[in-house]
Amino acid sequence: MRIAIPKEIHQGEKRVAATPQTVLRLCKMGFEVAVQAGAGLNTDLTDSAYQEAGATIVEDVKSLWSSAGVVLKVRPPQTGGIGTLGVDETELFAPGSLLISFVWPTQNRDLLEKLAAKRITALAMDCVPRITRAQKMDALSAMANIAGYRSVIEAAQHFPRFFTGQMTAAGKIDPAKVLVIGAGVAGLAAIGAARALGAIVRAFDPRAATRDQVKSMGAEYLELNVQEEAEGKGGYAKEMSDSFLKAEMALFAAQAMEVDVIITTALIPGKPAPKLITAGMVESMKPGSVIVDLAAEQGGNCAMTRPGEVVSHKGVTIVGYTDLPSRVASLSSQLYGATVAALLEEVWKDNAISIDEKDPVVRGAMVTHDGRITWPPPPLPIPTPVAPPEPGVAANTTKADLSAQIGNGAAPASASSLWIWILLSVLLCLGIARIAPPSFLSHFTVFVLACFVGWQVIWNVKPALHTPLMSVTNAISGIILIGGMLQVSGPPTSAAAILGAIAVLIATINVAGGFLVTQRMLAMFRRNA
Amino acid sequence: MTDVMRESLSNIGYIASGVLFILSLAGLSKQESARRGNALGIAGMLIALLATAMRPDFSGYGLLMAALVPGAIIGGILARRVQMTSMPQLVAILHSFVGAAAVLVGLATYLGQSKPMSAAEHNIHLGEIFIGICIGAVTFTGSVIAFAKLQGTMSGKPLILPARHLINLMMLIITVGIGVWFFRSSEGGANGLWPLIFAIVITGILGAHSVMAIGGADMPVVVSMLNSYSGWAAAAAGFMLENDLLIITGALVGSSGAILSLIMCRGMNRSLVSVILGGFGTAEGTASTATAAQGEVRSIDVAGAADQLRQAKNVVIVPGYGLAVAQAQHALSDVVRSLQSRGVIVRFAIHPVAGRLPGHMNVLLAEADIPYDIVLEMEEINEDMPETDLVLVIGANDIVNPSAYEDPNSPIAGMPVIEVWKAGTVIVMKRGMASGYAGIDNPLFFRPNTLLLFGDAKKTVEGLRNALSQ
Repeated sequence: MRIAIPKEIHQGEKRVAATPQTVLRLCKMGFEVAVQAGAGLNTDLTDSAYQEAGATIVEDVKSLWSSAGVVLKVRPPQTGGIGTLGVDETELFAPGSLLISFVWPTQNRDLLEKLAAKRITALAMDCVPRITRAQKMDALSAMANIAGYRSVIEAAQHFPRFFTGQMTAAGKIDPAKVLVIGAGVAGLAAIGAARALGAIVRAFDPRAATRDQVKSMGAEYLELNVQEEAEGKGGYAKEMSDSFLKAEMALFAAQAMEVDVIITTALIPGKPAPKLITAGMVESMKPGSVIVDLAAEQGGNCAMTRPGEVVSHKGVTIVGYTDLPSRVASLSSQLYGATVAALLEEVWKDNAISIDEKDPVVRGAMVTHDGRITWPPPPLPIPTPVAPPEPGVAANTTKADLSAQIGNGAAPASASSLWIWILLSVLLCLGIARIAPPSFLSHFTVFVLACFVGWQVIWNVKPALHTPLMSVTNAISGIILIGGMLQVSGPPTSAAAILGAIAVLIATINVAGGFLVTQRMLAMFRRNA
Repeated sequence: MTDVMRESLSNIGYIASGVLFILSLAGLSKQESARRGNALGIAGMLIALLATAMRPDFSGYGLLMAALVPGAIIGGILARRVQMTSMPQLVAILHSFVGAAAVLVGLATYLGQSKPMSAAEHNIHLGEIFIGICIGAVTFTGSVIAFAKLQGTMSGKPLILPARHLINLMMLIITVGIGVWFFRSSEGGANGLWPLIFAIVITGILGAHSVMAIGGADMPVVVSMLNSYSGWAAAAAGFMLENDLLIITGALVGSSGAILSLIMCRGMNRSLVSVILGGFGTAEGTASTATAAQGEVRSIDVAGAADQLRQAKNVVIVPGYGLAVAQAQHALSDVVRSLQSRGVIVRFAIHPVAGRLPGHMNVLLAEADIPYDIVLEMEEINEDMPETDLVLVIGANDIVNPSAYEDPNSPIAGMPVIEVWKAGTVIVMKRGMASGYAGIDNPLFFRPNTLLLFGDAKKTVEGLRNALSQ
């Protein structure tokens, strides 16, 4: 069977659905691969490179499409007669063939109808369900990762300062502060890239499960004080309540005044992108600040975003590129081609295309088949791909739960018992002051102060030195030998003198033994040479 | 020198030595300054001795030397001879000396002449003597029992008499009664010797009985508590002799011991009260049977373990008291060096209650020439566990038991433990499938990433050393 790899005709699209690497893989699967002449030129892939990998180069677009049973593309088939063809790409298909590309069925209802009319089986890369088995076909994540990286590069391009902080002879350079909104694949990639450039990165995402991921990338996780679980079906965010949104907007308003770069990646599936950065917030940013809006294609997270363009508003640059992956075309093509090939493997059995509608991956991606529009697919119980809490996290929560359980009875009691203790101590002191002679009081003062000094000093002792601490305190508690000494001055045969002398003897054992054994122990402690 | 000058100089000497003691304890806060701390303590003690000897009312030089010199010699011999594994015993017996000295000083103070004082002062003085003697007696007998348990001359098992709390309470009440008797008989002169002796006997029994009721693995707490008592005994002696240096030093030692006991109790997630009341693992032990861990145990031989060690990049060793018992720390030190020379990062994780004394494991590892900067505390290393390739558990059980977090019914629920199960692979050296001190099963052994290496710890570690040196 023949696979056609046409050149993308969408304005500015540099990616291509197959690289020589994937062509090799497709040939091994038993396909005959035909690549349109110049298909990869925008990503520095020459026709001869494709030929070496086993593809044939076809000049004529119409015969390329019509001779193929499978068409692999990046963008959805273009309608409206753009490009040099003068016809819709949907017109070029051989009837009944298989298309694998991005389709965006929500936005492209018309396209679905045209594909169905041509009896095309269309597998939409953007509809591959997010389940573990389908990870190698997850083109969205692959592209989001690239978009996240590139968003930081674009920001740095338009930002008139360094990202990293430095101390130079000409003065101190502060690091840039970057706020990333949305910690999905793109957001996390943006955090990583911004961190790698040396910026201080903060991130916000309403889904609590992202907190650890954000932290693991080295960014600060901004918290809201409103409790709401934001995780919807399939690990995407869902729309939030009013009180949550209000708190969220307040957070963004406060951050906008502080940060130099904002990268927004907030998307809700099937809905226009939420407006998170208002015109007022943009105006409150420092001149020279940059906003990169990764949601530009879905209308943008920022009120000032113009999709596909870079605009400047009161000194703030707003980047609304919708083709960020295409700006990293070589890598994008490589990763996209790999996911496309993986999806094709799913339907390629015994050298024939066989669509198994029971396969959740195939059924999920399939938007038209056999003359019907098969989108949306029947709902699948989709498990959450966003990190099911790691064992460690689980252990921590149980630990917290446990300590909460244990603390339940103890905590209020200890608070009240603290007061009881304070009260008792006050009463005790008052009582002592009433009956005790002044000489006793002065000793009592010394005693209380010494207890406090001891308490403060001992907490600083490293646990590793607790045994030496014990032997030293042992030695100095031998100070009681002074008590013995004060008694030996009487007549040497008196009971007091003899008892005192015995006390001195055993206390001295303590002093000498304690100090010497401590010295012996401490001499053994050595650093790594 | 006039008497006034001598007295003033002596008091200044006391202040200096009090300051030196505080600096000495402060110096112990880290290894770098610890040796200087010890030296400062010695200096403080010498100054205190000189300051006392130069007091105008001091004259018993002959008797002093007769007691001081043999005491110093005996102490020196003890310190030189003691094995590091026997440190807990040494510490315990030294506590008993302080307790005994406090009792003797109290008796001597009572029998010796005292300066004239008012009625109120006299009563307080009597009270101080009585309390000082009681604390001293509890410390003395308690420490002797602790010594015997640690030394192994007495079984480590808790002695649980029926109604033991009632017995203790009765003894306390009797002691108070004797106190009243003591005050009455001291009204005319020093005629209260008998009540004092009775008090010594009763509180002595109280001290012995309460330590007997405490089990072997609670010994770190007991020893720290006795450390604290010995300080309070010294402080009480200071009150009766109106000597501020004794009060300061006693208070320092007392709070030090109290803090150590507190730290140990936190390490076991138990309250101080429950440890003092004793009998751990007897009443509560039944709960664990409900969740007895079961499953497949996978074992590994010495060659396989050596292979795993060689392939790992990041190794953490968790030693327990079993390491000290088996005397395997020196062979272990060779294993560490051999791994380090291969570029493996080796670190140690020490649980607060590993060993029989606070900080005991650190001393044992230091003795085996393991540098202290690779020996970390539990809190320091727990967060690194997920990045650790291999954990080697030697002679430890309860301190690596995940049921502390996962099983609310476990007797050790809530006790902080070293989270070894988060590491890539865990190799546990064990003699056999016996449970730990707390008498509970350890689900760690049944984890899929756990491998058991059966055998005597010393032989196994030596086997590892030989395998690694090839």
